[in-house]
Amino acid sequence: MPLSPKLGPEALAANLAELHPALTTQEAVIEANRCLFCFDAPCIKACPTGIDIPSFIKKIANGNPTGAARAILSANILGASCARVCPTSELCEGACVVLDLEGDPVKIGLLQRHATDHVHEHHLQVLKKPSAHTNRRIAVIGGGPAGLGCAAELAQLGHQAVVFEKKPNAGGLNTYGIAYYKMKPQVSLEEVELVKSLGVEFRCGVEVGRDVSLAQLEQEFDAVFLGLGLGAGTRLGIPGEQLPGVIDAIDFIEQIHAEPLHQVPVGERVAVIGCGNTAIDAVTQAKRLGAQTVLAIYRRGEDDMSAYDFEYELAKNDGGQFLFHAVPLEILAGKDGRVTGLRLARTQVNAAGKVGIIPGTEFVEPFDMVIKAVGQEKQAALLKKLLPKLELDKRGAVKYDFATGRTNLPKIFAGGDCANGGREVVNAVAEGKRAARGIHAFLSGHEVTGPVQPSRLGAKNGAAGSGFDHPIRVKELEEEFGKP
Amino acid sequence: MADLSINLAGIKSPNPFWVASGPPSNTAYQAHRAFEAGWGGVVWKTIGEPIVNVSSRYSAMNLGGVRMAGFNNIELISDRSPETNFREIAEVKKRWPNHAVIASLMVDTRERWHEFVKWSADVGADGVELNFGCPHGMCERGMGSAVGQQPAVTERIVSWAMEAATIPVIVKLTPNITDITYAARAAKSAGANAISLINTINSITQVNLDNLVPEPFVAGFSTHGGYCGPAVKPIALNMVQSCADDPEVQLPISGIGGISNWRDAAEFIALGSTSVQVCTAIMHYGFRIVEDMVEGLNDYLDSKGFTNVAQLRGLAVPTLKKWESLDLHYQRIARINYDKCIGCNLCYIACEDGAHQCIDLVDPNGYGLGPGRVPGKPIPKVRENDCVGCNLCSLVCPVDNCITMTSIETGKPRMSWTDYQAKMARGEMMPIPPHP
Repeated sequence: MPLSPKLGPEALAANLAELHPALTTQEAVIEANRCLFCFDAPCIKACPTGIDIPSFIKKIANGNPTGAARAILSANILGASCARVCPTSELCEGACVVLDLEGDPVKIGLLQRHATDHVHEHHLQVLKKPSAHTNRRIAVIGGGPAGLGCAAELAQLGHQAVVFEKKPNAGGLNTYGIAYYKMKPQVSLEEVELVKSLGVEFRCGVEVGRDVSLAQLEQEFDAVFLGLGLGAGTRLGIPGEQLPGVIDAIDFIEQIHAEPLHQVPVGERVAVIGCGNTAIDAVTQAKRLGAQTVLAIYRRGEDDMSAYDFEYELAKNDGGQFLFHAVPLEILAGKDGRVTGLRLARTQVNAAGKVGIIPGTEFVEPFDMVIKAVGQEKQAALLKKLLPKLELDKRGAVKYDFATGRTNLPKIFAGGDCANGGREVVNAVAEGKRAARGIHAFLSGHEVTGPVQPSRLGAKNGAAGSGFDHPIRVKELEEEFGKP
Repeated sequence: MADLSINLAGIKSPNPFWVASGPPSNTAYQAHRAFEAGWGGVVWKTIGEPIVNVSSRYSAMNLGGVRMAGFNNIELISDRSPETNFREIAEVKKRWPNHAVIASLMVDTRERWHEFVKWSADVGADGVELNFGCPHGMCERGMGSAVGQQPAVTERIVSWAMEAATIPVIVKLTPNITDITYAARAAKSAGANAISLINTINSITQVNLDNLVPEPFVAGFSTHGGYCGPAVKPIALNMVQSCADDPEVQLPISGIGGISNWRDAAEFIALGSTSVQVCTAIMHYGFRIVEDMVEGLNDYLDSKGFTNVAQLRGLAVPTLKKWESLDLHYQRIARINYDKCIGCNLCYIACEDGAHQCIDLVDPNGYGLGPGRVPGKPIPKVRENDCVGCNLCSLVCPVDNCITMTSIETGKPRMSWTDYQAKMARGEMMPIPPHP
């Protein structure tokens, strides 16, 4: 029997509602007042896009959410989605000194959401289009977080950016691949509108390599940014992978975004292969769609999981189950050709850290759905096809200069998952932004002053204050005026 | 258990905590509730010719999420008749014979003062408090602060009250004056038995930025209100100490101004108050706050080995000196406990931008790692030779006992500004070179 939806629209709406409700204005002000307004705040250092967090929080405390949003969006154009999907306990909130003072950090993510929601809800334009244009045109391939980060920064530097996106909508994983209870796709689409409002042109439904060749783009544009993201889910390499009822985790999550919730099919007994963050999303999502049993299967132990603790806790609280030290050998099918279960074996990790199957431990577990979540392929094949001379690293990711996004090819820049191998949304935005500055320097010969991350650390040697483009350099001041 | 009972110029109460004259002391109902909660005395809301009030009447200054850090009002004296008020005082006194009930009074003519002071004694009030302080409304009619701001007028009206007084007379002073001791001396010379201070301070708490009218809003306008609440405590302490220390005043003091808890009360008592009066904190939280005031003060007195509250009274008064007598050779410096430092570096920027540039951010290696510090993140280090001991870093530090101001031995003998000037005059020393 084919898989069917399990719950009605009302139950699903409740199950997949956003996990963390937005703060009210009063809650936000109370929370904002907990911030110490650190001088060289560790949270800024911990944010890949270097948002001046204490400044925006102070603005919320002072009743200026518009200014707060301006501070956020000028550093991170995807501030609204990052507020929802960033693993804040690993980044800004993990670095917050109030965590050490009170045992509970300032809720930076929720405050950031409060400020960005405010400007979205009131349709306030807080970022300015540049008054001068350079008449330089840059093709941005991929409309995901890296592409958006790059295009927005280019637009603000006065360049014309054109984003090529093969899907009907830009936003990448933010639009199609974030667990529903973390963020609604609408937030991502609003961010795309924000980028558009800066003068960026979007060509959606256009696949580079099929509808337009890269050579054409190289000819037509002054520079090209590669923000292709990652490819299809990694294959398990076991028999039965093509059976109906076997789905890739990314595709499973995308279904929820593409179809009405009550039409999304899910199994009764679901196996999720892998224990990374996407696997955990799949566990939680399957459970919330109404699956009776969801079992995540991982070939190593609990301590080796790459999923964040808070994601793991969420899945366990939803009733997700975990089987460690086990590996699927075959996906089994019944007479109708549909999935009936998995043939599994127990594993052990040897002294060298390699996982091996323990002979004679094979067993069969019944499942009617198998979700694969063992990572995504690098875009090596596509990149080779598009740009045969582009240098890739041994993992198949683009070799690039971290600070400028430069590749081995003069007009080609890269950033985001296709270059870093797969990291957070916020890393992709930061790399897109850095590459935009790299492109600007390449085209104009001028460095953009100010660090991407306006760290106030080590004020004696570097930038002080949060000024992006005109940092006060204490050393220069001392040279000019002397130190008292 | 220390003895908390007091005797202020003959007015006895089981503890020093009195409800100040104001909205919480408007009715017998409230007085009963106050005494049941544990208050030692009630100073009745000021009785005079009945007035008419406006709406609205109160406003507040909130601070960093804290409500009513400061508070003001434009409410006038009691809007009930003197007959009602005095009848209720008699009822309350009957039920609470061992608690203090003080009639706060504000009238205009000599005859009216005589009448109201006598009336107070007749209904059994333990004393009267002359309201020479209200800075709004009544002063426009020649009463309240209009009296308290002119020592000669204060003296004359106190003398009128004294002519009729058979019970102790407390004079309530306004802070809206350059030097409050002049008003206190006037009260003394007219024969007052005690003073109470401070009344509220002229204020505008806030301007509504939508309609650009300050609060409290009355039909498109506002007026200057009387400011009180926790924010005024430092001003009140300063004035209480000034009166306590003035050799010409030497009157029992009932301290008022921002008292919200036992610590505030203990500070007022240490600076010379016999009783303390509370209004805003009651308006914020109700009469129940007295429970911890009594218990906290008791525990504090016990911990210090005092057997009664009078032993604390005035102990801090003589520790305030004129600036010119302070020791110029005393030196304090800031020391940072790196095991506690969480790495906010507020001390650094406060010193750098707001004080004397004596803290550097340096390589953290070798300084240990406080609870929140990111490895490798620069840490603040005080250049002790340059530290002037201003306290600012220790004040901004959010962690208790992380920055300690430590007295250091300079090896120099005590020398005040006065000593310094005398030594230079005698040719015994050269001027101290100015700070570079």
